[in-house]
Amino acid sequence: MSLFFIITALITMASAIAAMTLRNLVHCVLCLTVTFAGIALVFLQLGAEFIGFSQILVYIGAVSILMLFALLMTRGGTELTLKRWDPVHWITGTLIGIAGFGVMSFAIFNSSLRQSKIPEAKADSLHALGNSLLSQYVLPLEVMALLLTVALIGAALIALPEKNVFRKNASFSKNQESGNK
Amino acid sequence: MWFEELLIAIKHYLVLQMPGSLQPVGSAFLSCLPIMTSFGGLFALATLLERKMLGRIQNRYGPNRVGPGGLLQPVADGIKMLTKEDIVPKNADHLIHFLAPLGLLVSAMLGLSVIPFGHRLIALDIETGILFFFAVGAASELAIFMAGWGSRNKYALLGALRAIAQMISYEIPLILSALSVLMVVGSLSLSDVVQAQSGGIHTWHIFTPWGFLGCILFLISTLAEINRSPFDIPEAESELIAGHMTEYSGFKYALFFMAEGVAMFAMCALTATLFLGGYHAPFPILSFIPGPVWLFGKLTSLVLLFIWIRGTMPRLRADQLMEFAWKFMLPMSVVNLIAAGIWVALDGGVAAWISSGLLNFVAYFGWSRILSQASRFSPRTYRYAEEAGVSE
Amino acid sequence: MDSLTPYLLLSAGLFCTGLMGVLLRRNIIIMLAGVELMLNAANINFVAFWRFHPSSEEVSGLAMVVFAIAIAAAEAAVGLALAISIYRHYRSTNPENMGDLKG
Repeated sequence: MSLFFIITALITMASAIAAMTLRNLVHCVLCLTVTFAGIALVFLQLGAEFIGFSQILVYIGAVSILMLFALLMTRGGTELTLKRWDPVHWITGTLIGIAGFGVMSFAIFNSSLRQSKIPEAKADSLHALGNSLLSQYVLPLEVMALLLTVALIGAALIALPEKNVFRKNASFSKNQESGNK
Repeated sequence: MWFEELLIAIKHYLVLQMPGSLQPVGSAFLSCLPIMTSFGGLFALATLLERKMLGRIQNRYGPNRVGPGGLLQPVADGIKMLTKEDIVPKNADHLIHFLAPLGLLVSAMLGLSVIPFGHRLIALDIETGILFFFAVGAASELAIFMAGWGSRNKYALLGALRAIAQMISYEIPLILSALSVLMVVGSLSLSDVVQAQSGGIHTWHIFTPWGFLGCILFLISTLAEINRSPFDIPEAESELIAGHMTEYSGFKYALFFMAEGVAMFAMCALTATLFLGGYHAPFPILSFIPGPVWLFGKLTSLVLLFIWIRGTMPRLRADQLMEFAWKFMLPMSVVNLIAAGIWVALDGGVAAWISSGLLNFVAYFGWSRILSQASRFSPRTYRYAEEAGVSE
Repeated sequence: MDSLTPYLLLSAGLFCTGLMGVLLRRNIIIMLAGVELMLNAANINFVAFWRFHPSSEEVSGLAMVVFAIAIAAAEAAVGLALAISIYRHYRSTNPENMGDLKG
């Protein structure tokens, strides 16, 4: 059990670091997918089946695919964005990251939460989750549904091609061409 | 019952023969082995069956040269595929190009592990079985992307993007129509879903208003999800290049084909489990015939249905495909979900039958009428690449 | 695993990696990926705290993760749509090139 967690954590961390540092952007997103899968494995080890499989369904099946589509649509797949290697920039960024990690681990090692013991296996978390989502958290659930609808429509609207602009330009250039001829 | 008990007893005996530390691994291996071998063999037979049936539909014989009546054709195909040269494009991303077919096959095979093949015959009996099925199915989209992008070929990439767009669009009605069953059963576990249909043919979910519409929506989405005709534009052999499989040859190409076949069996098995009573016999008198026989019978008849559809229907255009998914399938599956909700609220019975049936009926005819009014042959609009600002 | 520390450390590490990604990279899509990574790191904490909570009826940790996943998905959809629309306008995904106040 413990060895399994260590392997998962190592793979997750390694692929996360790779996702944030690799040059090829598609490789970045594919590594990020491995990270998402590792996080889902951690959820499964903690006994949260529903959350773990939802994580795989949403992140690997949708979010990473969305990112890959966006990369290809912005021609990021072939372009190397780290052409300008700026050492000062990278050193400060890495230092900030390491400092943040240091502060957080200091807080973790000094907190009383470390003494908390793991209780017996939780029984039937799925039904408890469903019941609480539809009783205690019903208002946030409805708000979330509304948010998702708004996001769907908003994303479609934002990404719509600016039709009028194109049409105007196209007709303009066509007129010009015919005029020249 | 006796057949399942026999299989389980054999497995327990074999596991007990192993040394103690190997027992968990051995048990898992013995659960996977029958699934992998039987579906591998079924895939070989299904390729032959498909070619034979398509031949009959097209008024020709189909393969009949190798073995008696062409029975050994799959073996010949396999040898041909294995001895072909494995070509990898020079500029390809070698690791990703190599991993893509494996990922696709693994994600297709994993889905089979939560299907109950008989009483207690289920490789992975978890509380959230159907969520697992859809989660590993979602990973196949990533594998298709890897295949398209890794081969560094425009046509492969375009085919992969088309396939992914189609799969994502049809995944929504697929999951929503499966959700109606889960709502009525009240559990995400597939063994509970089968248990709810154990009382004979009248308890099968397809014989309820929401189950009937849900089953049809599920089957159509399944066709699109596994890229089969009439939704096979990602890899339409006769019109486009082979989509994301363009740069694959030899054994890797065979793996793609096998992944597709296994995914088809997995989806058919899920359809049978959700709507057609799973491994249960239609009449309790017939329950002396083992459960796996019933499940494989239902699965094979669904596969035959798919082959029939492939032989009959013309292929859809890409925009027709998307319009059908978003304008028809999605609203209908939401209506179906409401009908299932009415069924749950009224707790079955005549009133539930009438109200949810009426809702589905009115929604189907009303909506299809509105859609057909709206889409009277409008003049074709062309959008050129230059106009859209891509040419720069 | 009967100690909470490894989970919290993994979560902190992933969070800082995501933060580094947002600070270092010069492509809005990868920056967005860093934000997603940070959200996921927080989710590990939620699930770990749920698992280590003594009461077996308490599921607010899981409910929070459900909300977080949904909001992250919405954020990714809108953010990537914005990225595409910005790319159309500026022909670039480098945030340094987006200095104009007037479109």
